[in-house]
Amino acid sequence: MQTHFSPRQLADPALAEANSILRACVHCGFCTATCPTYVLLGDELDSPRGRISLVKEMLEQDKPATAAVATHLDRCLSCFACMSTCPSGVDYMHLIDTGRAHVERTYRRPWAERALRATVGAVLSHPGRLRIALALAWFARPFAGLLPARLRNMLKLAPKRPGVTATGPGTYPAAGPRRMRVALLTGCVQSVMEDSINAATVRLLTRHGVEVVVSKGASCCGALEHHLGRLDSARAAAVASIRAWCAEIDGKGLDAIVANTSGCGTLVKDYGHLFRGDPALVADATRVSELVKDISEILATLPLKFDAVQALRVVYHSACSLQHGQRITAQPVKLLTDAGFDVRQPAESHLCCGSAGSYNILQPEIAAALRDRKAANLAAVQPEVICAGNVGCLVQIRSGAKVPVVHTVELLDWATGGPAPEGLAAGR
Amino acid sequence: MTLCMPAADPAVMVRRASIAEALRGLVPPANVITEEETLRAYDSDGLTAYRQPPMIVVLPETTAQVSAILKYCAREGIKVVPRGSGTGLSGGALPLADGITLGLGKFKRILEIDYPNRCIRAQPGVTNLALTQAVQHAGFYYAPDPSSQIACSIGGNVAENSGGVHCLKYGVTSNNILGLEAVLIDGTVVTIGGKHLDAGGYDLLGVMTGSEGLLAVITEVTVRILPKPTAAKALLLGFPSNEAAGICVSAVIAGGIIPAGMEMMDRPAIHAVENFVHAGYPLDVEAILIVELDGPPSEVEELIARVAALAREAGACYCRISANEAERLAFWSGRKNAFPAAGRISPDYYCMDGTIPRGALAKVLARIREMETRFGLSVANVFHAGDGNLHPLILYDANKPGELARAEAFGAEILKLCVEVGGVLTGEHGVGVEKRDLMPAMFNDIDLAQQQRLKCAFDPEGLLNPGKVFPTLHRCAELGRMHVHGGKTAFAGLPRF
Repeated sequence: MQTHFSPRQLADPALAEANSILRACVHCGFCTATCPTYVLLGDELDSPRGRISLVKEMLEQDKPATAAVATHLDRCLSCFACMSTCPSGVDYMHLIDTGRAHVERTYRRPWAERALRATVGAVLSHPGRLRIALALAWFARPFAGLLPARLRNMLKLAPKRPGVTATGPGTYPAAGPRRMRVALLTGCVQSVMEDSINAATVRLLTRHGVEVVVSKGASCCGALEHHLGRLDSARAAAVASIRAWCAEIDGKGLDAIVANTSGCGTLVKDYGHLFRGDPALVADATRVSELVKDISEILATLPLKFDAVQALRVVYHSACSLQHGQRITAQPVKLLTDAGFDVRQPAESHLCCGSAGSYNILQPEIAAALRDRKAANLAAVQPEVICAGNVGCLVQIRSGAKVPVVHTVELLDWATGGPAPEGLAAGR
Repeated sequence: MTLCMPAADPAVMVRRASIAEALRGLVPPANVITEEETLRAYDSDGLTAYRQPPMIVVLPETTAQVSAILKYCAREGIKVVPRGSGTGLSGGALPLADGITLGLGKFKRILEIDYPNRCIRAQPGVTNLALTQAVQHAGFYYAPDPSSQIACSIGGNVAENSGGVHCLKYGVTSNNILGLEAVLIDGTVVTIGGKHLDAGGYDLLGVMTGSEGLLAVITEVTVRILPKPTAAKALLLGFPSNEAAGICVSAVIAGGIIPAGMEMMDRPAIHAVENFVHAGYPLDVEAILIVELDGPPSEVEELIARVAALAREAGACYCRISANEAERLAFWSGRKNAFPAAGRISPDYYCMDGTIPRGALAKVLARIREMETRFGLSVANVFHAGDGNLHPLILYDANKPGELARAEAFGAEILKLCVEVGGVLTGEHGVGVEKRDLMPAMFNDIDLAQQQRLKCAFDPEGLLNPGKVFPTLHRCAELGRMHVHGGKTAFAGLPRF
């Protein structure tokens, strides 16, 4: 595609990158087909191709974002289904990041929206604050009817009772001879809302000879802030994690850094790019990126011992961050099948469930429409349990599903001798 | 822009705000788009060489809204450009500075699946592939499959009379639709055909199919669905020269075999695609053919053997038969992604669409090679070999001054060559703006005037998609192609621009 950047603009590395991304786009429109917002709304402006055009105009003209541009960029879920579809290899992910950062810099949102976004950033990615917020939510639940719609919506996503974090910093030794040593990213939201996933991961890994370390300081990857276009806050959160893991790598050594929240994993795999302009950190950031693996990638290399076969009908929901962000589609299904589950795949498996970081809080209408569509597609295969590899999806889908919704590792932990996930009776 | 479009009417453009206001009274206000940045996103379809932001974009949600919009536009003398998914390659949805772009993206519902009558009733914004996906669990499919089928809309397919790799055996869009609902420029909603073959009276379905948005706005389509063949297998054949591949194509057709699809790609196209799709195409050949046979398993086996033998005789140096469904689909995935994959080897491409007699293939490809040197641009060729529909992709860089103009001149020469060897200007992408000015190379003044009279019968004021399909009077007169007698043109009453 033709671009109109001046030589002076192209001297800016961010714009030079945007230019080369834009040049790869041939405007074929294939991306519109798999974009959840275009599928729902049918407006070119809510498609990847339309957003590419909006970002291009804004960057080329060096204009502040208008309300309309912000609206349409905000509606992007960053699910990256478009990137799986794009035959020309357009790096939409990094273009929309640059576009969002430009919006953050140049556009002043209405105060209510500013307050909401600030709250999301300040609360979700800080476990201590999130715990307090969830406790408040527990108290507020009986009064939900009195709250404004957006707050009521947030309340719906909060767990029925505040979770307990058991997987704190420390080392969890391998049972039997040690095969490898890995760091586990427990996730800021996950560690508070659903630490059972981390507990299942630690049991599953240690049971199969993997020493797991949860590093103090590596509690948040920065993905939630990153999603909001706040690259500086995202980098600040990431720095703490990079330092903690590099200390571990340089100390007792790490064979991998394991992410069991694919939303986090996608960003951590991209740390090298996030810090490309920071000579002091880019080397360490790249070291971390290169070590990160999704839990399913690690499990695929281990000889798992399935001794408690459960022939449940499982529908596997492919989290966008796994299937589009990290291009991991086959491993989780194979693991579940090997474990003896009757694994089904739903229609429209490429479409996002609407969770998308904090999207379900910021864009409740679109998120709810996507959730309902996803829930209907999942229910159509009449599953006994729904599973996915990302905590955001679990919370989102649970709010629209009639059967238990669990993490893939919880099922695999169960099938290798661990406890039954909540809601699933053991030994059925 | 090197393209001459009808001059924008300043009297309309100054009324932009009041027109937008009026439209907001006809559709939900959020469905009327007027900001400059947002209009730019609608400034072209799949043909990016020409760009023009529309005056206003309006996105209706119901047929009644389409009717109200057209009625309003007819009354106020405002031009209307209909748009489906915006994947067209001839610029059929290129906006006008003084026109509204009527987007049908919100018409996304499948209204009815009727197995006893073997048809689907769908809104025009439903994608081609979604039609097949809606019925495949029951063993049916919608046959025409343009390469953009993942994204292109069925309404757009009807407007362009789209083909696809399987139209060699199963026909193009016009052979696979049964009925339409459309809105005329005065707001009248008409129903043409139904769920049955052979509607009475004139073949208005045929008139509407391929009318490129010049006659009416399609608001509903009834398509035929076919039972999926019990077996389908594909051969991937490699040849040491384009000529050898061409000989193979002719031999297959002359042998009385009708493959479900027979596609050819030349060396540059093979390399571009293989990089992205990893379909397993051989990289050391000059041309590949993908030949698909479908039907009962015994017939497929027999025909596969015959095609393989014919290919050997024609000099094939590579032959692989799809061992399973996954491999068959992998063969096709490369072909289906060929156009955009060209974006990996070149920042821009200009996709041509001409049709030639099959026998002329080798000659035409050789002439295109000569032109490459002359125009200083390279070409990747993708070709519906079975039905002679050629898609040369001219690779250029719009950021380099002069390259677009060279690409346009190159394209025009290729299309003239198609007509010269006994072919036609377009196979399936439509005329749009892309081939508009080449129409006189194929049709004489009387032909063109007759076609315009048909247009006038539907749209006397020339408000629906003006500037498309028909060459401008100004250009025609300039080139001496329009007969001017005593200062008067033939059919002086016809609107021209």
